[in-house]
Amino acid sequence: MWTYEKKLQYPVKVSECNPRLAKFLIEQYGGADGELSAALRYLNQRYSIPDKVIGLLTDIGTEEFAHLEMIAAMVYKLTKDATPEQLKEAGLGAHYANHDKALFYHNAAGAPWTATYIQAKGDPIADLYEDIAAEEKARATYQWIINMSDDPCLNDSLKFLREREIVHSQRFREAVEILKQEQNKKQFY
Amino acid sequence: MYTPIKWYHPYASTADPCPPIEWKYYQTPPNLYLGFQPTGLPQFPLKEALYKGTLWPVLFDPYPAPIRGDEH
Repeated sequence: MWTYEKKLQYPVKVSECNPRLAKFLIEQYGGADGELSAALRYLNQRYSIPDKVIGLLTDIGTEEFAHLEMIAAMVYKLTKDATPEQLKEAGLGAHYANHDKALFYHNAAGAPWTATYIQAKGDPIADLYEDIAAEEKARATYQWIINMSDDPCLNDSLKFLREREIVHSQRFREAVEILKQEQNKKQFY
Repeated sequence: MYTPIKWYHPYASTADPCPPIEWKYYQTPPNLYLGFQPTGLPQFPLKEALYKGTLWPVLFDPYPAPIRGDEH
């Protein structure tokens, strides 16, 4: 069960209407290494992983939904006042034809989100390594989007999200260390 | 001592429909612990290595791993 706080994890400010940037940013919404993939991947893997790391997957999976909501707010703000003509110029003509200005779970190239983006192998080591890889790929995606963005307000939020990927990767690596610990000897601290 | 098998005791509810599996196991292969492989490690004889798939005993990980008596 979840509780909901009616505010964003980190404020989202957008300096100007920029539908082209929204087209790139949608990669983190419905792309393979996006926030939706991350949330669903972690929350699904929880059930068949050792008890010691279930809580970590719950916490990070939940935070990914908070990130998804930030990306949604960014995309909405970047496009809400654009004319159909501006959307067409930004390469969003096909999106407008299908969805008007509605958000949709697809990547920057328009390919719809698919469950094949996520994995659940059932082997705790394989699953956690997948999670670490996913965090690094999401960090890289944020970097490439920041490289293309000239919106300082938006970049501030994107840098926050990039930093969270680093922290999550570190926590998953720590989880692997926990699962590697030997069990047939006493632990001394 | 290094053990290739780890185990845990998953939570089981009294309302579970089936008798609980009390212990679950997973394997932690030796590559997780080796780091950058040092040079000059002991090697299997060549013919044995071809069968085993590795030249180095330190990387050999039989599956399923043999369970020792003191483990669950």
